[in-house]
Amino acid sequence: MAINKNTSKYCETRLSGSGGQGLILGGIILARGAIKDGLKVSQSQSYGPESRGGSSRADVIINDDMIYYPEATHFDILLALNQESCDKYIYDLKPEGVLIVDTTFVKNVSVMDSKVYEVPFTKLATEKIGSVVTTNILALSFLVKITKVITEKSLEEAIKESVKPAFYEMNMKAMKLGFELADNYK
Amino acid sequence: MAAVPQKTIHKYLRHNKKFPHVWCPGCSNGIVLGTIIRAIDDLKLERDDIAMVSGIGCSSRMPVYVDFNTLHTLHGRAIPFATGIKMFKPHMKVIVITGDGDATAIGGNHFIHAARRNIDLTVILINNNIYGMTGGQYSPTTPHDDVATTMPYGNIDNPFNICDLAIGAGATFVSRTTAYHAIEAQNMIKKAIAHEGFSLVEVISACPVIYGKLNKKGNAPKMMNQMKDNSIPLAAVNKLPKEKVEGKIIRGILKEVDRPEYTKAYQDLVDKLNNK
Amino acid sequence: MAQKETKMVSKKNNKPKKNIVLMQGNEAIARGALAAGVNFFGGYPITPSTEVAEIMSEELPKRGGKFMQMEDEIASIAVIIGASLAGAKAMTATSGPGFSLMQEGIGFAKITETPCVVVNVMRGGPSTGLPTKPSQADLMQTRWGTHGDGPAIVLYPSSVKESYELAIRAVNLAEKYRTCVVLLSDEVLGHMREAVEIPDIKESQIINRIKPTVPPEWYAHYEQNQKYLSPVASFGEGYRFHVTGLAHDKFGFPTNKSSEVQIMMDRLKKKITHNIRDLVQIESFMMDDAKIAIFAAGITAQAAKKAVVDARAEGIKVGLLRPLTIWPFPDSAVEKMLKRVDTVIVPELNQGQLIHEIERLAKDKKDSKIIRIQRFDGELISPDDVFKAIKEAN
Repeated sequence: MAINKNTSKYCETRLSGSGGQGLILGGIILARGAIKDGLKVSQSQSYGPESRGGSSRADVIINDDMIYYPEATHFDILLALNQESCDKYIYDLKPEGVLIVDTTFVKNVSVMDSKVYEVPFTKLATEKIGSVVTTNILALSFLVKITKVITEKSLEEAIKESVKPAFYEMNMKAMKLGFELADNYK
Repeated sequence: MAAVPQKTIHKYLRHNKKFPHVWCPGCSNGIVLGTIIRAIDDLKLERDDIAMVSGIGCSSRMPVYVDFNTLHTLHGRAIPFATGIKMFKPHMKVIVITGDGDATAIGGNHFIHAARRNIDLTVILINNNIYGMTGGQYSPTTPHDDVATTMPYGNIDNPFNICDLAIGAGATFVSRTTAYHAIEAQNMIKKAIAHEGFSLVEVISACPVIYGKLNKKGNAPKMMNQMKDNSIPLAAVNKLPKEKVEGKIIRGILKEVDRPEYTKAYQDLVDKLNNK
Repeated sequence: MAQKETKMVSKKNNKPKKNIVLMQGNEAIARGALAAGVNFFGGYPITPSTEVAEIMSEELPKRGGKFMQMEDEIASIAVIIGASLAGAKAMTATSGPGFSLMQEGIGFAKITETPCVVVNVMRGGPSTGLPTKPSQADLMQTRWGTHGDGPAIVLYPSSVKESYELAIRAVNLAEKYRTCVVLLSDEVLGHMREAVEIPDIKESQIINRIKPTVPPEWYAHYEQNQKYLSPVASFGEGYRFHVTGLAHDKFGFPTNKSSEVQIMMDRLKKKITHNIRDLVQIESFMMDDAKIAIFAAGITAQAAKKAVVDARAEGIKVGLLRPLTIWPFPDSAVEKMLKRVDTVIVPELNQGQLIHEIERLAKDKKDSKIIRIQRFDGELISPDDVFKAIKEAN
């Protein structure tokens, strides 16, 4: 995998897109999962009034040792759910980093050496799960399976803790679909 | 009431502490202090259970003279300070001493919100129509056309009707009297303290040295007589022709209703959460 | 929020570490304060501090404590002082505009020696400024914001875990020193989440007000003694004392007598200056052989720490001195640092505040080089920014 060169587990992830796409919850779930794996974690986000629209991002830094600075500056993983965030943040992706984009909204990817995964998350969430609000879980599960930044088991537990019980089943469906999609790339 | 009134008052004063007081000769504040003490004595309240809280101004100097839990706070802020005491120790009787400027200018926001919450505070508002302590600037109750040091050509502002303001904000006990009607004031204050919820007693008072002088109202006895002549009891309002009511100070309990009191409502919430 | 974490804790049986939760900075402040025994919160919503009030509104009634949303920040500081005089451990939380409104009340808490904690989660200013962006521009306001003289106690954590710990400490110090303690945070620190191992707080770690033992007629609310700390009664307990924002004698009664005013003002000052060792906390990171020192606090110290680690990897002798107590200022630690290093780098999210203190202490050291990194556009100073400055200084 791309991230765990050497023995260090240090990994910077940025989840980006627009307000209302559930990115901050995605960041919280990823962070909770990391704790379950016994890792240290720091999660921060852009903070603004947008719960719909505008740009939004959540950073998750995971390490097996001390984390000093909470914001991601050189990403190992970048998830971009819209064109604007893809264009804006791609320059801070490490050369060996992983880029995952939602092709529902991201039409142009100007990449260097990064590993790029292009999946129409929003379209699939709407068509296969039946709800656009599961886009974040679908994309996050894909990200976890591809990068192994946390274990699948911890992700599942973290989702369970973080979503309302009424939406649990639907999000499990989204998670499984995310894993399946990732398998297609192997 | 077998007790000699002066003796009753002396029982509650911090004699050896900070006398003489700061009030001018002829000021109504001393009369109001007497009515408050006699009302408390009549109610047989434990003085340990009484907190007297004030803001800034002539009347707000009152708490230091009496042997209760006393708190002299910031200009306009007596009500939120008092709210803190009442919220944390709901068994205490919390009395706020304030003036027209303190309560309705700088402290107007706190005044209406405490009334809205219906928290059990007894607000005794001594209205002398002027900022006395700072030398006679106009207040939110200075009558139109009256003179003040900051309205030397006559007041172009319009005064608040403080009782109407309190009623509009949701106070559950609202009353008005004057310093001349000391026994009436004493009985009103008793009822206000006993009332469960936000209560207001507005006491119209005389400031002969500052306001009286600026507006040629005469000496202290003359101003006392004006309070007598210019006020009518609420009960008489409907019996009198309109022209005899206009411009008069209406005395009486203007509103008295039951509505859930704030600290009780909070305790109900606590009990509900703990399944009591 | 609380229930989720409880679940999380119970599920950690198979892991060696216990009680680890993902916690937000503002939440850590609220939970730390609750652990310290805060039982009264009065506040007014303001970004980026509002989560503190939200958690308090959820938790306090469950514990029999009191929460009130007031009509403004002026009422918020007033209501907590009133509650504290009645015996509560009281707190409020706000940000720049609200903190400005609270200044008069903070002065009242100081002169009346009434314990309370004010949390200021800093955002960009002046005025409405940048409500959703971090800043460190209120550091001097916490020291000099209220009119009149008198020292201040101000704490500033730099991580979520430390937000929890310093919230406890802020409450403790307020109770012990009978004053308003300010706990600083900033937008990023307040909103970021970290894995936090919640410490078991023992009873002995919590400071409660010392109650008077004398009969009420002997009681003086401001009794003099060598430590400048004296027992304190609450309203409604039989002591019937007077409290005023006017200058007062030891009983609390107003006074204009210069001899009595002198005693009061000395007491306000000396209770801080005689207890500097108890009040000042500082972290020294890789400073032993450092030739370059970074002096930074709060969120900026995090960037500095990363830069230090990166620079050390390149063999540069650099360290970080980080105050956890901003006021009283850690004079002696800074003086010691100035004796040992050639260069001090002071990164801060303002137009220059901490640097004034460093320059004050360095005025006799002509050979010290002081480098400033200042940012006030709503963005953080990054580890790279500090690293660059270290490289240039080396």
